[in-house]
Amino acid sequence: MTRSSRRLVSFVAAATVATTLAACGGGDSGGGGGGGDSAENEASDIGITEDSIKLGAHYPLTGVAAPGYSEIPTGVQAYFDFVNANGGVNGRQIEFVYRDDAYNPTNTSQVVNQLVLEDEVFAIMSGLGTPTHNAVTDFLNSEGVPDLFVSSGSRLWDDPEEKPYTFGWQPDYEIEGKIIGQYVAENFPDAKVGLFLQGDDFGEDGSAGARQFLEDQIVAEETYVPGNTDVRPQISALQAAGADFVLGFNVPSYTALSQLTALQLGYDPQWFYSNVGSDPVLVGSLLARFSEGAISDASLLDGVLTTEYIPGVDNPDNEWTQLWQRVWDESGQEGELSNYRAYGMSQAYTMVQALQAAGQNPTRDDLVAAVEQAGGEWEGPGFAPFRYSEDSHAGYSGMLVSRLLGQGSEELTPVLVTDNGDAEITEAENEPASPPESGIPDEEPIN
Amino acid sequence: MSDLQTPASSPTAGAATSDAPSTATAASNASSAQAAGGRTFLPRNTLLRHLLVLVVCAVAAVILLESTDLGFNAQIGYVAFYAIAAGGLTLLTGLNGQISLGHGALMAVGAYTTALMLDVDEPLPLIVIFLAAIVLTSLVGAVVGVAAARLHGPYLAGATLALAVGLPGLALYFRDFLGGEQGLTVSSPERPDWFVEGIRTLSGNSASGVKWIAYIAVACLLITYFLLANLMRSRVGRTWRAVRDQEVAAELAGINLGTWRVLAFLVSAAAAGLAGAVLALVVRLTAPTAFTIVLSLSLLTAIVIGGLGSLLGALIGSALLVFLPRTLRDAGESLNMDAAQAAEISYVVYGVILVLVMLFAPAGLVGSIRLAWMKQRARRAGARTGG
Repeated sequence: MTRSSRRLVSFVAAATVATTLAACGGGDSGGGGGGGDSAENEASDIGITEDSIKLGAHYPLTGVAAPGYSEIPTGVQAYFDFVNANGGVNGRQIEFVYRDDAYNPTNTSQVVNQLVLEDEVFAIMSGLGTPTHNAVTDFLNSEGVPDLFVSSGSRLWDDPEEKPYTFGWQPDYEIEGKIIGQYVAENFPDAKVGLFLQGDDFGEDGSAGARQFLEDQIVAEETYVPGNTDVRPQISALQAAGADFVLGFNVPSYTALSQLTALQLGYDPQWFYSNVGSDPVLVGSLLARFSEGAISDASLLDGVLTTEYIPGVDNPDNEWTQLWQRVWDESGQEGELSNYRAYGMSQAYTMVQALQAAGQNPTRDDLVAAVEQAGGEWEGPGFAPFRYSEDSHAGYSGMLVSRLLGQGSEELTPVLVTDNGDAEITEAENEPASPPESGIPDEEPIN
Repeated sequence: MSDLQTPASSPTAGAATSDAPSTATAASNASSAQAAGGRTFLPRNTLLRHLLVLVVCAVAAVILLESTDLGFNAQIGYVAFYAIAAGGLTLLTGLNGQISLGHGALMAVGAYTTALMLDVDEPLPLIVIFLAAIVLTSLVGAVVGVAAARLHGPYLAGATLALAVGLPGLALYFRDFLGGEQGLTVSSPERPDWFVEGIRTLSGNSASGVKWIAYIAVACLLITYFLLANLMRSRVGRTWRAVRDQEVAAELAGINLGTWRVLAFLVSAAAAGLAGAVLALVVRLTAPTAFTIVLSLSLLTAIVIGGLGSLLGALIGSALLVFLPRTLRDAGESLNMDAAQAAEISYVVYGVILVLVMLFAPAGLVGSIRLAWMKQRARRAGARTGG
């Protein structure tokens, strides 16, 4: 067997077999190899070569859920481009492959199959949507593919026993509901609260959290089914129940629909939309579209209350927003920096932290161990710390309440942190982190 | 009841009358023409002939699955469940002339049945679960069929559309039982040892869960098509064609139109139920967002583009549903478009291709080829008699 054919055999083995350390040690010009402290990059697992790491994701790039959400991957891509231009992670360039699932679980499972089995990604990151991502967690966990930082506040992603490879990222809807509920109970003790909920776990978890504090104040609970665009029955029911404070756990298009419907009904309560439904830029453009131009911006949203857990474009003075602006401008992609792009960049930042912590030649299991062991300490754009540990795969632990004013916002509370169940709500102890000078995190490997 | 030979079911008449209501219709009768024509190496007996084709297809499927990688194996699973449902729909629409916009909802019945029956400590054998999915969906199909039998054209489309819109809502209404918007995860059935051993001795490949599901899907597809093909070429199939083409004549011949229409709906619902069961295994989740009207329309697209009334057409149409968008998207990405642009463009091009097929091959891909072949044969026959 000639030297080159031996190398070819090793290469094929490396590409197909999961545990390839030994195979590559052989292919690595005969000598060396294998040692954990070796300073050379090796193809240590599927999706990792000496000079690249391949990551995969799924988003709704077309269809009803595409407005807004389809911008997230452009943000992720922009940040990875920025990191790659500055030398990548351990000298490896990050290759980010994302595909459209049109928010249909059948498509999601199809494209994730393709990402894992054909594109052979090292890990899946930032997969968006509860029903869509729910279709692939079993597959990813049975294949041992890290499934990091799911873009959804469902509590489904925090199940280390059944789904050891899956991790959430944003604060889940239940703790968001708790923080909102406590704020409303303290600041609007006389308000008659009506709930406007999406009819799935998003609305359910949010409502369960809020009810811990608002049970006595709630006068009505109305649920909408996504896809049915007539919310007049729900809004008039809230009006009829005498609710002067409406708390919405809904997606942006339903923020726009509920505002327009309330306007038609002459109904003017204090509105509080949870984080998901409150992006002023997107809601403004949806309002303009739904009202056929009668309303041209988000001025309807002035004075609306909401929550925030990462800095966005409404805080142009924030150092992180300035970093994202710089990264976005350098990426040369079309369009403006938006909150959705800032969201994607924040996730990409966490992903880089995870890859650094996983070590120079990580396996898929090293990456999971890195998030479990180091993730709770990572500093980044998020206002509150992550809850990652071996027993918890839940993401950010808290958020703050703010008021929308024009395209900007005003903070009304300090950062509040909590956990699921009846865990107490406290003020965050950590200082908000500043971005590193280089704009790229620098995490120690865990081993 | 005597063996009914209405004009339309007679192959020569179907082929010769070029002014038949639909060219696709004539084309769908072509292989019975071939069978009657006789000059072929295949056995004359329909059942034997179909058995032979079944065996050849099964061998071809195994070779295909073992010579391609796991990623392709997985895609085959998607083709299979679309094709099973499209096969049933082609019987209903192509053979019996009823249009259904509700087959996506019928698939949901099969899928939810499977998900629920697998979600227990000791699930029943898969074959029992599949049969239960088929039976339950057939019952729903029969109920819809009874209502549908009195309706025609757009009215029927409307009634079945209501099914497509309404049925997924049940999953939201019975949230505790059916999982609501986030759906029910489907626990993958364990692959048996004999399968792992078998694959290892056959091809040396390791038999992963994905491969096991792909084999189940392909087996279901082959069995369904074998049964449907026999049914379509039998007296039952001829009666359905008679009901479609010559209502009055069929009624005069003593055929009860309503009964036969309900029967067609029932058979096609059974196929949709099995397709839903396979979908549940392949996708590993049953959620309402997967069974919207888009799914029903995709199935219609598949049978129309493939060739109305032809099982081969339904299969080709289903393969196009799975492979065309992603091929277009990959092509877009290789032209340096970002993923969002490529995804959007792929749908546009997909639409354009559909329109072009409708314009230039109104009988669908398979139907058009058959028509061309039949015309040539007729010309040759004409030349012979003339000379």
